[in-house]
Amino acid sequence: MAEWVIETQDLKKAFGRQPAVDGLNLRVPSGSIFGFLGKNGAGKTTTIELLLNIVKPSSGHATVFGVPIADTLRSTEIRKRIGFVSEDKGLFPYMTVEQIIRFTRSFFPSWRDDLERRYLEMFNLPLKKKVGDLSKGTGSKLMLLLAVARGADLLILDEPTDGLDPAAVDEVLKELVSLAASSGITIFFSSHQLPEVEQIAEHVCIIDRGKSIVEGALDDLKAQYQRIQVVVDRELNEPVRWVDGVVKVRQEGRTLSLLVSRNVEAILAQIRSLPGASTEQFPVSLKDIFLESVRNN
Amino acid sequence: MILRLNPSSGIPLYLQLIEQVKHAIETEAIRAGDQLPSVRKMAEDLVINPNTVAKVYRELEREGIIEVRHGAGAYVHDSVVSRTKLMRKAQGVVESAVDRLASLDLTEDEVRRLVENELAVRRSKTSKR
Repeated sequence: MAEWVIETQDLKKAFGRQPAVDGLNLRVPSGSIFGFLGKNGAGKTTTIELLLNIVKPSSGHATVFGVPIADTLRSTEIRKRIGFVSEDKGLFPYMTVEQIIRFTRSFFPSWRDDLERRYLEMFNLPLKKKVGDLSKGTGSKLMLLLAVARGADLLILDEPTDGLDPAAVDEVLKELVSLAASSGITIFFSSHQLPEVEQIAEHVCIIDRGKSIVEGALDDLKAQYQRIQVVVDRELNEPVRWVDGVVKVRQEGRTLSLLVSRNVEAILAQIRSLPGASTEQFPVSLKDIFLESVRNN
Repeated sequence: MILRLNPSSGIPLYLQLIEQVKHAIETEAIRAGDQLPSVRKMAEDLVINPNTVAKVYRELEREGIIEVRHGAGAYVHDSVVSRTKLMRKAQGVVESAVDRLASLDLTEDEVRRLVENELAVRRSKTSKR
């Protein structure tokens, strides 16, 4: 199996003169749960549409399971291995739940009856109800069933928990975790719900204005990023020219608060050169990393 | 053993989990010879990435706290019992130290910061050597 299930190189997509995805480099390891984060309009959904060959890139390359997305012939074969849950759902509203399940399974020889039954039971889906009459949350659960039961090797989920109540969010997350634990499936999901990403994702990528601004294993990011609070003896007359690795500095009187992403030793050495500085170091959450990186960009 | 993780705390989940398993052993919520849940079960119970749990088990095994018997699960190592006793003894030392600090009119938070600072200083000294 390829090391990277999804790989993009300098991927770009512009609508008119407006770039939506602007030189994106992504690598999604096989078998991982990958959280794809960004503000509304950062380019998450366009990236997903590019990967699924729904829209064509303006330039750059991307492969899914090692197959170039532009390879139309083979991309059909690849799409059978991908389960996709979109933000706007896009189900046929006139079908009943039962009908759409029967309809979808007819396309997939590897359909998993066991998963279908399990999800029907767990999500308590109303078989006779029309898809158009389902609530947003029930619609998401149905999409997840259709995506998972086809026996996909890669799940691409666009805001999978959007519109779900907290109990349903928990159910969905739990299901993603047990899928990852039991089947070696790769799960790529976009979200702006940072707590849930922090909970289940192993790797994350934060995009802003179509570019990846932070990427890596979540544990590594949390180990690298930290907040250093500095109190100095007297107010600094001139701003300090910080070494590389300082993402953000906030100053109030004699107190400085630094968000650093790397190079901690050098930064601490620089702090020691300030007049009578005392320091404290704090861990930072994904939310801090997200907000500061997006704000800075 | 009841584990509660806080994904938003900024401390990596695997470190939180390692601490909590150790704490469960220290408080004897789990004892030497007890079996830990499987990776999958623990991931599902806590709703966290299974690879995070696997990492925790690897680290605990490396520290000699648990023993992973292939195909049979993970068990708390027999030798951790003595650690438990040692920790109890050390608790007495901490108690008298904190008593003395409290008599200096330091707040709980200040005491914690002093201890953490001292540990950080020691860490940076040993890492420089």
